[in-house]
Amino acid sequence: MNRSVVLSETGNLSVRHQWGKFFQGLFLFSTVIGLIVLGILIVTVVDKTFTLVAVTNKVDPATLADRPLEELSEEELRQILRENLRPARLRTIERDQAPLDEMNQADLTALVTTEIVKPTTRASYPLFQSLTRRAEIEAEIRSEYPDAQIYFKAWLTWDFLQRSMSTKPDLAGVRQAVKGSLWIIFITILVAFPIGVGAAIYLEEYADHRSRINRILQTNIENLAGVPSIIYGILGLAVFVRTLALITSGAVFGVDAGSGRTILSGGLTMALLVLPILIISSQEALRAVPRSLREASYAMGATRWQTIWHHVLPYALPGILTGTILTVSRALGETAPLILVGASSLINKDPQSVFSFFTTLPFQIYNWTVRPQPEFRNIAAAAILVLLAVLLSLNATAIVLRNRLSKRI
Amino acid sequence: MSEQNLSNHFAIETRNLNLFYGNFRAVKDVNLQIVPRKITAIIGPSGCGKSTVLRSFNRMNDFVPGFHMEGEILFHGKNLYAPDVDPVQVRQYIGMVFQKPNPFPKSIYENVAWGARINGYKGNMDELVEGALRAAALWDEVKDNLKKSGLSLSGGQQQRLCIARALAVKPEIILMDEPCSALDPIATLKIEDLMRELSENYTIIIVTHNMQQAARASDYTAFFTMDEDRAGVMVEYGETSQIFTNPRDKRTEDYITGRFG
Amino acid sequence: MEVSLRHLKRPEESALDVSRRLQKRPRWGEGFIQAFLFFCGAVSILTTIGIVYELGKEALLFFQMPGVTLLEFFTKTEWQPTVGRFGVLPLVSATLVTTVIAMMVAVPFGLGAAIYLSEYASEKARKVLKPALEVLAGIPTVVYGYFALTTVTPFLRIFFGDAINIYNMLSAGLTMGIMIIPLVASVSEDALHSVPNALREGAYAMGATRLETSLQVVVPAALSGIIAGFILGFSRAIGETMIVAIAAGAGPNFTFNPLKAAETMTGYIARISGGDVAYDTPDYNSIFAIGLLLFGISLVLNIISRRISARLREVYE
Repeated sequence: MNRSVVLSETGNLSVRHQWGKFFQGLFLFSTVIGLIVLGILIVTVVDKTFTLVAVTNKVDPATLADRPLEELSEEELRQILRENLRPARLRTIERDQAPLDEMNQADLTALVTTEIVKPTTRASYPLFQSLTRRAEIEAEIRSEYPDAQIYFKAWLTWDFLQRSMSTKPDLAGVRQAVKGSLWIIFITILVAFPIGVGAAIYLEEYADHRSRINRILQTNIENLAGVPSIIYGILGLAVFVRTLALITSGAVFGVDAGSGRTILSGGLTMALLVLPILIISSQEALRAVPRSLREASYAMGATRWQTIWHHVLPYALPGILTGTILTVSRALGETAPLILVGASSLINKDPQSVFSFFTTLPFQIYNWTVRPQPEFRNIAAAAILVLLAVLLSLNATAIVLRNRLSKRI
Repeated sequence: MSEQNLSNHFAIETRNLNLFYGNFRAVKDVNLQIVPRKITAIIGPSGCGKSTVLRSFNRMNDFVPGFHMEGEILFHGKNLYAPDVDPVQVRQYIGMVFQKPNPFPKSIYENVAWGARINGYKGNMDELVEGALRAAALWDEVKDNLKKSGLSLSGGQQQRLCIARALAVKPEIILMDEPCSALDPIATLKIEDLMRELSENYTIIIVTHNMQQAARASDYTAFFTMDEDRAGVMVEYGETSQIFTNPRDKRTEDYITGRFG
Repeated sequence: MEVSLRHLKRPEESALDVSRRLQKRPRWGEGFIQAFLFFCGAVSILTTIGIVYELGKEALLFFQMPGVTLLEFFTKTEWQPTVGRFGVLPLVSATLVTTVIAMMVAVPFGLGAAIYLSEYASEKARKVLKPALEVLAGIPTVVYGYFALTTVTPFLRIFFGDAINIYNMLSAGLTMGIMIIPLVASVSEDALHSVPNALREGAYAMGATRLETSLQVVVPAALSGIIAGFILGFSRAIGETMIVAIAAGAGPNFTFNPLKAAETMTGYIARISGGDVAYDTPDYNSIFAIGLLLFGISLVLNIISRRISARLREVYE
């Protein structure tokens, strides 16, 4: 062989390897770009959750009491409210929310703040900007709002979780939203889990896969899993909110909510939405149960259901639960269908039953995000942190559960 | 003697048994009479349908999509595939031990007790479990660890646990589908000794690919092979000593002398 | 031995006893359970029927309204149901623009990620990266919407200045693309994974590098599965609501300029139904007409995608 040919071959090879390296880098980048974005996303959210704010009060709290409001007793707070508010306003509050005498300290403090002190965030600067250009920002605020207080504000606080809805970002909280989300999820699991697992058992353990009806069932479920979530919202609006209004409003149970836009409708809609996903993941868990286990049971004279109940289900349970947790976390973050079945941002009463009107955490995030005032973006960010914390811990649980499962097998 | 009584001489009798998977005939025209309280071995090259025949005796093939049969399998004079027969009931009379030990992922005690419980056993469960474990020659090895998982045992112990589990349902017949193929020689020997002991009270039918095992451990041997349509046929059936020393059919001789299969 | 066997002995039975015991008995419990389980499976059929019936019924009412014709619906470029303009094209064009942008992000990155995970990553790296991608897939879309509006759009304004609207299709589309990467990656990876190793070994044995093997042998072999993944991603993008509702703009706008604000089909449905929409108004009925269109499109895409991946399974299994 000619020496120069060999050399040129090696030259070609090194070029090929360089291309290889380059593309390997590209592929790796494709894999991690999502993570990079996730990082940026979290930084953004944190950036907006902890900000430098300029706040002006209508009434200085120092003129109301000699101690900070949080330290006052319930009775002192009621006193302040009665002294500073017109009786008509007081009556309105008592009618809309609760009698003063029944409110706790946190509610009363919030009320004093909203009704009397009326703090207003005039400007809010994201965390990193504030850290790097603090002096500049303070000068800017001083020139525009000379009497404003300037301080770092964490929009995500324990208080934020407990406070009621409000049209003012400084005072708004996510209590109803969190409770609403929990109620909806509760209904969703209650309805979707038994039906989903039941359907999966039917398809894996009973159905003859050659029969037409069972093939249609399976195909149908796979198709439903790909239907956009907003379509389920339309279905929920037409069926649960409108057609079944007598039931979903609680009218037939004597607790008429006035319309079908209730937690029950939301939960049922969500249950239909997650059902196909739950069925498919449960089917996978059941398929992973070894055939030898079923044979051992049948060979001892067990019936089909005895075999399923005593052997197949216990074996598949961790897998089913993993799928369920992932499904629940999907449902917790879902927003679009609930817009249609009537989630409302005007809710300032805690949900009392399945016939209550509702809002949820993701819906609240949506609602706050689309408002023009920038401060709403801050509480939206705080609410996102709450939501992500819940979802990440759910996902982590599912991953741990799955790893345990794969170890066992 | 009426025909019904005649068939009572056999633990199981097949008449013109044909087994199908969809359109494929897996087993053709088998007429086999199993002698009660003896060990019958079914041998033959792989794919000859011997496991299919065995699994048809307790209707485990019912779970295979497309399976169907023609002919009769008589048990106490009753065709096991008659439309009024409940396969679940069949399996309480005819137990099974599988190729790979498959104890339930439960405690040793529960492994044995479960079958009896679902079949409505009302007696003393502890005694039943002990009896079954003793009968399976496992009691001495596990009596202090009954709460431990059945999966924690060695392969041979697991297989004996599966035998104990089958005994607890009080079967008349125990089907064994290559029960030693996953075990080492010592564990295999233990199972064979156990089979010998059990044959005093139970009818045992064992499918094996191991000719030495059939020769050592069985009283009767049925030799299966494939015909030109790849359907399993029974070539020869008789006392084990006769089959191995003086086979009547050329194909049997070829197989046991290792010229084929 | 005899003592212990006492419990294991079956009482002597006559042939008649045995035959009687073998009799089928009614197992009401078993039958009831099976019926219940079948009902559980049938709920999904009811759901489908419900969707088709409700969407169809209300959409029919919509098309029966005075001034609405199918021809106008599919050809006119103005969508204002309250004032009698019923051309769905502006909503469709916005959906198309955002979806195409999303696919331009999701296809290369999703496929790249799939190739990396399937052909390059060590077992260890896969163990970290795959759950990480799942986490990404688990982020609620409303959060992505927030991200699009508060981060991506300001970032784009650095490049485009005032040429880009506050609400614009580019930002929504890009974010949607990021959101879909995990979906495309996971379906494509499954497809790559199902390519038999013998094919790779054949290529390596001929002196191909890993890159050449991946791109010229494995990817073509898994192509149908990969395309199925793309179609699934496409369908997902068309049906995505929250990102476009937040970031793409409110108000139909017939334009293909991604820097402009425009409302997609899903965005329109979300906005109109956001308030207390009164029943049996043009607005209310139009939701269903557009929903039907959306349902039809995504159904067709899903069916195509499944057909394609089923064919891939046939080849290798």
